[in-house]
Amino acid sequence: MLINWFRFASPISFYPIAGSWSYAFGALAALFAGAGLVIALWIAPTDATQGDAYRIIFIHVPTAWMAMFIYLVMAGWSALALGFNTRLSAMMAQALAPTGALMAALALWTGAFWGRPTWGTYWAWDARMTSTLILLFLYLGVIALRAALEDPRRADRACAVLALVGAVNVPIIYFSVQWWNTLHQGSSISLTAAPKMAMTMLAGILVMTAAAWSYTIAVVLARVQAIIVERERGAGWLESLIQFPAGGSA
Amino acid sequence: MIADFFAMGGYAWYVWMAYGVAALAIALEIAAVRVRRKRAFDELRMSVDAPPAAAAMTRKGTAR
Amino acid sequence: MTAGKPSPLAGTLAVQPAAAEAVADTHASVLAAIGWAVARDFRVALRSKGELGVQLLFYVIVVSLFPLATSPSRETLATLGPGVLWTSALLASLLSLPRLFASDYHDGTLEQIALSSRPLAALVSGKMAAHWLTSGLPVALMAPLLGAQYALEGPVLATLAVSLLLGTPILSLLGAVGAALTLGARGGGTLLALLVLPLYAPVLIFGAGAVDAVRAGVSAAPHLSLLGAGLLVALVGVPFAVAAAVRIALD
Repeated sequence: MLINWFRFASPISFYPIAGSWSYAFGALAALFAGAGLVIALWIAPTDATQGDAYRIIFIHVPTAWMAMFIYLVMAGWSALALGFNTRLSAMMAQALAPTGALMAALALWTGAFWGRPTWGTYWAWDARMTSTLILLFLYLGVIALRAALEDPRRADRACAVLALVGAVNVPIIYFSVQWWNTLHQGSSISLTAAPKMAMTMLAGILVMTAAAWSYTIAVVLARVQAIIVERERGAGWLESLIQFPAGGSA
Repeated sequence: MIADFFAMGGYAWYVWMAYGVAALAIALEIAAVRVRRKRAFDELRMSVDAPPAAAAMTRKGTAR
Repeated sequence: MTAGKPSPLAGTLAVQPAAAEAVADTHASVLAAIGWAVARDFRVALRSKGELGVQLLFYVIVVSLFPLATSPSRETLATLGPGVLWTSALLASLLSLPRLFASDYHDGTLEQIALSSRPLAALVSGKMAAHWLTSGLPVALMAPLLGAQYALEGPVLATLAVSLLLGTPILSLLGAVGAALTLGARGGGTLLALLVLPLYAPVLIFGAGAVDAVRAGVSAAPHLSLLGAGLLVALVGVPFAVAAAVRIALD
């Protein structure tokens, strides 16, 4: 019962799947986000020490996790692109980068607004935030390289190499920043010290993380549809799409 | 009660700046992807209907 | 560069002397390739001594700017010193990276190099070694002199030199990946900086950290060991990534 996954490796076969799954995951994201926001803003009790400011973790933690996960997934697709030389794998990596960058940026932004009321400063150069900042730079580098190279196939391979080099470096970067931080940490600022988890808080974070995952899949699949159309223009099969648009056209 | 909700125990600025910008960023990303998809389709449609005009409009010409 | 001499293993291995000879020949050809590339790039670099001088001068000037921007007080300078000397070394490295591949790329030599029968990873290793000899090494040697301007003491300056001697080759290696990926790309040097600087961060942390540790009276052994380990890993792994990136740029 072997599914021939390679059948879906062609943009032709994948395009309609991307469309219908994008809508499905979008609906899922809306549901999770709705439930998550209700927990985050109403059901979860006000924290004793941090007051209502702690509610920011319901956005901060999911976005920080997604920034990491998306990079790993992007590196995975990049490895496939280099290993099997498939266009679609490279297109998936291309589609993931902007959302990953957005997640990293939101993690930094929400982290700053959580840090100010809780520890008195918008930015504390703690290990996790600094690592997330460098992760954002890595994302922006992949996006910039893609934009700077004319030939799409060269861009595919170059960005794949860059993503993989970055992926190998990410643990090294996290470790070195952690090292640097513990050496210099005079005060007791530790942005990893979230309030002790009541069950509702944990549930809220998990639901919001599910929302973030579903949202990411929805947006990335929609973006890869656009990329497929942009890059496969000139291939005859696309014309049939105009007559019979499948899985959500413009 | 609604006022209490928006006040967020005095931390309104921080909470709503965080949630608000996140919501805005997500809305912008969704809009950008939709615009990109529509534009790709429009250019495809044009290249089928009127190839020279479409070629003049596209940024990078035909994909390789 | 003949490869005809019999392998020293040929007599000892009973079963497949030809294979042993082939392995020994491969080792010989890898080393020969590295040696050839180092010698060639070094010769080429020395032809434009002015360019090398300018890069070193950039380092000196940048290091001299920081006291103007902050304060000449010995305390401030001693605190800033390791960071400034290291960060400026990073920036100087970025400045020198484009010449690693650019001129060979533009006149077609790089393609010839890639097409030759020598392993490309070995050839680019030689290029990176020559690059380090003409950019990283001078900076590492110059830094202690400039460190004296920052009121740093003897042992601190020695650690600075050692950390830079270990770290600048890593900068050359990682930088070469960026240089190969951005060959002929729009935005050239600035794009290269954006790609490479995040990768430089751990080297900066451990390198400057080593100097800071000695300044604080603690041992820099952990930092320097990590730098050394990083250098070994980079020496083994990065040339293959660079070779892949060069091939991508040439296709």
